[in-house]
Amino acid sequence: MSSYKLKTSISPHIRSKQSVSKIMWTVNLSLMPVFLFSIYNFGIQALFVTLTCVISCVLIEALCLRLRGKPIDTVFDGSAVLTGILLAFNLPPDVPLWIPAVGSIVAIGVAKQAFGGLGYNIFNPALAARCFLLSAWPVEMTTWQVHGITGATPLGIFKEKGMSYLLTQFSSQSDMYSKLFSGNIGGCIGETSVILLILGSLLLFYKKIIRWHTPVAYISFVFILGWLFGGQKGFLSGDPLFYIFSGGLFLGALYMATDMVTTPLTNKGKFIFGLGCGLLTFLIRKFGSYPEGVSYSILLMNTATPIIDRYIKNRKFGNPKGKK
Amino acid sequence: MKSKNIINLQTFTGGIHPHLDKSLTGRKKFKPIKLPSKVRLPLSQHIGAPSKPVVKVGDIVKEGQVIAEASGFVSVPLHASISGKITAIKKFPVCSGKHSMCIEITNTETKTEINSTENTNDWKKFTPDQLKTMVEEAGIVGLGGAAFPTHVKLSPPNNKKIDIVIGNGVECEPYLDADRNTMVSSPDKVIGGIQIVMKILGCGKGAVGIESDTPDAINAMSQKTENISSINIVPLKLKYPQGAEKQLIYAVTKKEVPCGGLPMDVGVVVINVGTAVAIYDAVVYSKPLYERNMTIAGNCLNESVNINVRVGALLNDIIDEIGGFKTLPSKIILGGPMMGQTVYLLDIPVTKGTSGILCLNEKEISIFKMGACIRCGKCLDICPMGISPAQIAQAIEFNNTDIAQQLGVFDCMECGCCTYVCPSNREIVQLIKLAKQQIKNKG
Repeated sequence: MSSYKLKTSISPHIRSKQSVSKIMWTVNLSLMPVFLFSIYNFGIQALFVTLTCVISCVLIEALCLRLRGKPIDTVFDGSAVLTGILLAFNLPPDVPLWIPAVGSIVAIGVAKQAFGGLGYNIFNPALAARCFLLSAWPVEMTTWQVHGITGATPLGIFKEKGMSYLLTQFSSQSDMYSKLFSGNIGGCIGETSVILLILGSLLLFYKKIIRWHTPVAYISFVFILGWLFGGQKGFLSGDPLFYIFSGGLFLGALYMATDMVTTPLTNKGKFIFGLGCGLLTFLIRKFGSYPEGVSYSILLMNTATPIIDRYIKNRKFGNPKGKK
Repeated sequence: MKSKNIINLQTFTGGIHPHLDKSLTGRKKFKPIKLPSKVRLPLSQHIGAPSKPVVKVGDIVKEGQVIAEASGFVSVPLHASISGKITAIKKFPVCSGKHSMCIEITNTETKTEINSTENTNDWKKFTPDQLKTMVEEAGIVGLGGAAFPTHVKLSPPNNKKIDIVIGNGVECEPYLDADRNTMVSSPDKVIGGIQIVMKILGCGKGAVGIESDTPDAINAMSQKTENISSINIVPLKLKYPQGAEKQLIYAVTKKEVPCGGLPMDVGVVVINVGTAVAIYDAVVYSKPLYERNMTIAGNCLNESVNINVRVGALLNDIIDEIGGFKTLPSKIILGGPMMGQTVYLLDIPVTKGTSGILCLNEKEISIFKMGACIRCGKCLDICPMGISPAQIAQAIEFNNTDIAQQLGVFDCMECGCCTYVCPSNREIVQLIKLAKQQIKNKG
């Protein structure tokens, strides 16, 4: 009778088609418009930096998995490639190529695999690596070139010389906005083009890979704070559009602060995470010695994720409102 | 009915849309099958104390005769599902994977007596207590799957006033199609059963929740209730697990059963439509519960069908009777694919609680490798109970059952939504079942 073997298992016996690698490759895909634009904007160097990051991240991931005695087939689940791309997007296009290679070691080897691999890392690997590189090689990491001309980023100019000087770099205020929005300015490889970052993230929203809570809380809080206190002529004199379009805010808010592993689980928690990032970004930009604050603020909020998850819970079914 | 706006249908929060549809059975009518020549009736088919045998090996029994009596309040009697001779009272393998006491009846005659239904009773002339006794004596349990003795459900404490009886016509598990068939083929029995329950509980309101993907059931039931103002047919939006008691109550009444509470805490009793039919049969035709409707489906069967099966019939016999296997099965599930139990052999009987038999082939099942949680939060979004499956599973993985308990592991009803959506294929339900067992063993 039993010429066949029956398998037994605990329910449920069917599963959705979603998988980690599908999620990761979708995020990679959504970053492609920005990637292509970066090659157009910064030249072939952007391609080299990105390739260096991706290849070294994948190699180091494979090496670490091997050393940890873990199955190596997860190398191509897309997460190492994603870390590579995001790391590259946070680097200036003209860094010597050994810098992205060192960054990959820190991102994958230290920030991700040393903590236990995918799912266990506390910090966003790409951002952790970026901050390491920034403090280790500050000169290489803050040398910007656009179309062959060396110069500071708009945020850097604003920080050092003020808004009126910054405006002299553009033909008009609306020209500045449109350049910031389209990304035709200096900056890190993937952070400049706000429009393409939004476009890419639409795919992620559509696929429900990221939620609106973090990006909306983050960006709108920076907008409000920048408008209220960001100006150099006192209260309400800030330029909120400049505040949100400059620097790596959209890259950070849409792609780094929405990293699943290092951010809170609940939607409420995600919103609080976004607010925290917004506050820290504003404080660093306004009072810090460094013009940009997105990376540090997200990393700092990463450390707050466990405590947010501990106290911010969804309401249980059958539990009256307000009761724990 | 057709004028109802599909978009505004009532439902609950959370839940999923499993990708498998019910097309296998083709929404077919019940297929008549031959009576089995042998049945094995486990003494413990319900929640509560096992029944006590009142027959011995060698006795001749008739269909519908009591062969085991209830052994306590939360227990039910058991009736012979075929006429024949008792050939064994001993331990046999059952669906849980263990061996359990069963009464085996073998039919020696070539022809079976057809249970006559000539004398019908008018249920309206009985008192509520008489009706309840009839339900109890008929051995009726919840046919939705949990197999909880129905008379216990119909005996709420005096301080709990029941306002509404809800008929559960939501068959939210993929593949399963028998409840729809029951509603289409005997809507008057379903309505009658619900009216009997309403009379027992002294409550004036009834409703039947039916999902919008079964318009034939909605139509059949609506037609029968046209002149019965006390019973409402409520079409519901298609979603899993709407057939779960608490979710159905919320979908129909917008009331939330409190954590750890029972439907009676919000004045509701939920009765599966199959159970309603069994109650009606017990009262009107004096027929105890010894057969039930179920779906037998799967791509490795020659034919997927809805059939009426005698309790205790062996899986082997049933599958042979409906045409056998086309290809070899890899997994056989009693119940639906989301919450059903797998069996490792076919020599086991169906029970009162078996809502379906699924025979899945290699392609329909897959072996999943569990990965680490990437904290995508999907399981929190869809959890119908609003708990945090991701955190609970992680706590259990690190043997921290205390934290799992704080996070509400006992609020979990194991509907399987979290495990279904998990991109890392984490066996969340398995971990939760394990933790519940560990905590119970400890305390």
